[in-house]
Amino acid sequence: MNVVEASGLGKRYGGTWALHECTLAIPAGRVAALVGPNGAGKSTLLNLAVGLTAPSAGAVTVLGGHPAGSPTALEGIAFVAQDTPLYKSLSVADMIYLTRSLNRRFDQRYTTARLAELGIPPKRKAGKLSGGQQAQLALTLALARRPRLLVLDEPVAMLDPVARHDFMATVLAAASDGGVSVLLSSHVLTELERVASYLILLARGRVRLAGEVDDLLAAHGQASLEALAMTYLRETQTSEVTR
Amino acid sequence: MTALRLPARPDEDDGRLRPVPWRRMAGVIWRQHRFALAAVAVLLGALAVYEWLTGESLHHAWAAAIACHPAGSPACQGPVNTFDYMENFVSLGGPLQLVPALIGAFAGAPVLAREMETGTFRFAWTQGFGRWRWALAKLAALAVVLAAAAGAVGVLVSWHYQPYFAPGNQALGLTELSTFDTGLFNLHGLAFPAWTLAAFAIGALAGMLIRRVVPAILATLAVYTGLAFTAGLYLRPHYLAPLVTRNPNVPGSAWILSQWSTKHGRFAFAGFPPGNLLNQFCSSLPPGKDGPPVEAFTHCLAQHGYTQWISYQPASRFWPFQWIEGGWLLVLSALLIAATTWLVRHRAA
Repeated sequence: MNVVEASGLGKRYGGTWALHECTLAIPAGRVAALVGPNGAGKSTLLNLAVGLTAPSAGAVTVLGGHPAGSPTALEGIAFVAQDTPLYKSLSVADMIYLTRSLNRRFDQRYTTARLAELGIPPKRKAGKLSGGQQAQLALTLALARRPRLLVLDEPVAMLDPVARHDFMATVLAAASDGGVSVLLSSHVLTELERVASYLILLARGRVRLAGEVDDLLAAHGQASLEALAMTYLRETQTSEVTR
Repeated sequence: MTALRLPARPDEDDGRLRPVPWRRMAGVIWRQHRFALAAVAVLLGALAVYEWLTGESLHHAWAAAIACHPAGSPACQGPVNTFDYMENFVSLGGPLQLVPALIGAFAGAPVLAREMETGTFRFAWTQGFGRWRWALAKLAALAVVLAAAAGAVGVLVSWHYQPYFAPGNQALGLTELSTFDTGLFNLHGLAFPAWTLAAFAIGALAGMLIRRVVPAILATLAVYTGLAFTAGLYLRPHYLAPLVTRNPNVPGSAWILSQWSTKHGRFAFAGFPPGNLLNQFCSSLPPGKDGPPVEAFTHCLAQHGYTQWISYQPASRFWPFQWIEGGWLLVLSALLIAATTWLVRHRAA
């Protein structure tokens, strides 16, 4: 099963294509990293996959052929958007209540235990939590929905190194223990090194490279993901400048 | 740090998903909008207490005035004046007119605008409940609650003003007002909740279109004001074809729309007679303290072949007019809420 499948997918804002001619298939059971410079179209692709945005061209299906944004897709995908938007004036307990009410599945036990472990008090307002705690709360709520696919848009961009590490540890645990497929975007390459098993490289609204990390490294003779991505991004940029 | 283990998701057939039940939104709405709802409750509650207390004394004053015998005697002037000067309509009707607008602007506009402005719609619209169901549940439930609360206040306002509409007032020398009075008609039992509902629906749509709280609030106030004035000036007089009469003694409870005069079956002038006509025919009328009474001019001109016409809406049409206004506002609000839900469903985030 492919968790995300796109064919000829495109999104145009005004006259410019934020994403163009995107064709890819991300297999289930991977931690897939969506990598690229700012403005490459990462958020656009993720918003299309979770059904927040409608495509201008092509199509995107999720969880084995379901249209993005369909009831099955919404039920099976948990999304943590960029800057982890939470209702800042609501308490942590209220955020839990909201997520539980709005979904068919919700693992209350996991949520309570996890927040206790993180030291996040239920009565505190979400807006009063630290950046790292807010990110962890959003992630915990997403995982408590028991998604098949967890989509994270720049989840660690705003976090300090410790919070970053803890956040990724939670994601990895969910992927390995819970069998959750993960699709996350980031421009922080070092964080992805340990976690990513699948890579999609985006630049200027186009997919430049996509595949299993091991295969890509072997094929391109690179030792690390970071080195591979850097070379590739440099190449695309130079070739586009000279062209 | 040891991350808690997440148990594997139990496998089940997702082929036919039952949607998350609508009733789950009740608690969600309460948690998200309790402050707005509490603010509306405080506003309407304070208004209700005020209307009730001042209404009590108004009703007493009216009872005292009509109980006084013989009517018109100097001894009865006291109670009559007490009643007549008890309230100033401009000062009372004015603030009440603002209530639906305020509810629409401050309870309606932020519902979606705040989600768009802070980005929380990315959370709300990706939950299993589904985004258009989420929007419809919120808007419909809030609309019903706000309209019901406004309806209760509307009934109280109708009761409050009742003494001014009593049919015998004019004969007793008391103030008698038309229930159609422009500043009062939309404060009554049916029109008041309907206008509140419409203001809320306007606010919700403005919020979804503009996506920013403060501009959406301002737009709501502007659109609502425009609609209220248009309705009062151009629509309401024509809900039913007005009656036309030559009898100058139209009861004080009627809503006089216009008057004009004809001579030999042809239109002569609108409104009051022009000065040159009066100088020509009626210069011999005895001057009173404030000039001759209007009836004297009418009578004088009638002798010279002029007929005065009055078009009006009789007081008996008050409730049909309330239903008509309530009806079209309800339809409009339903359309606005449907349009807002459609936008949430289809408009790219």
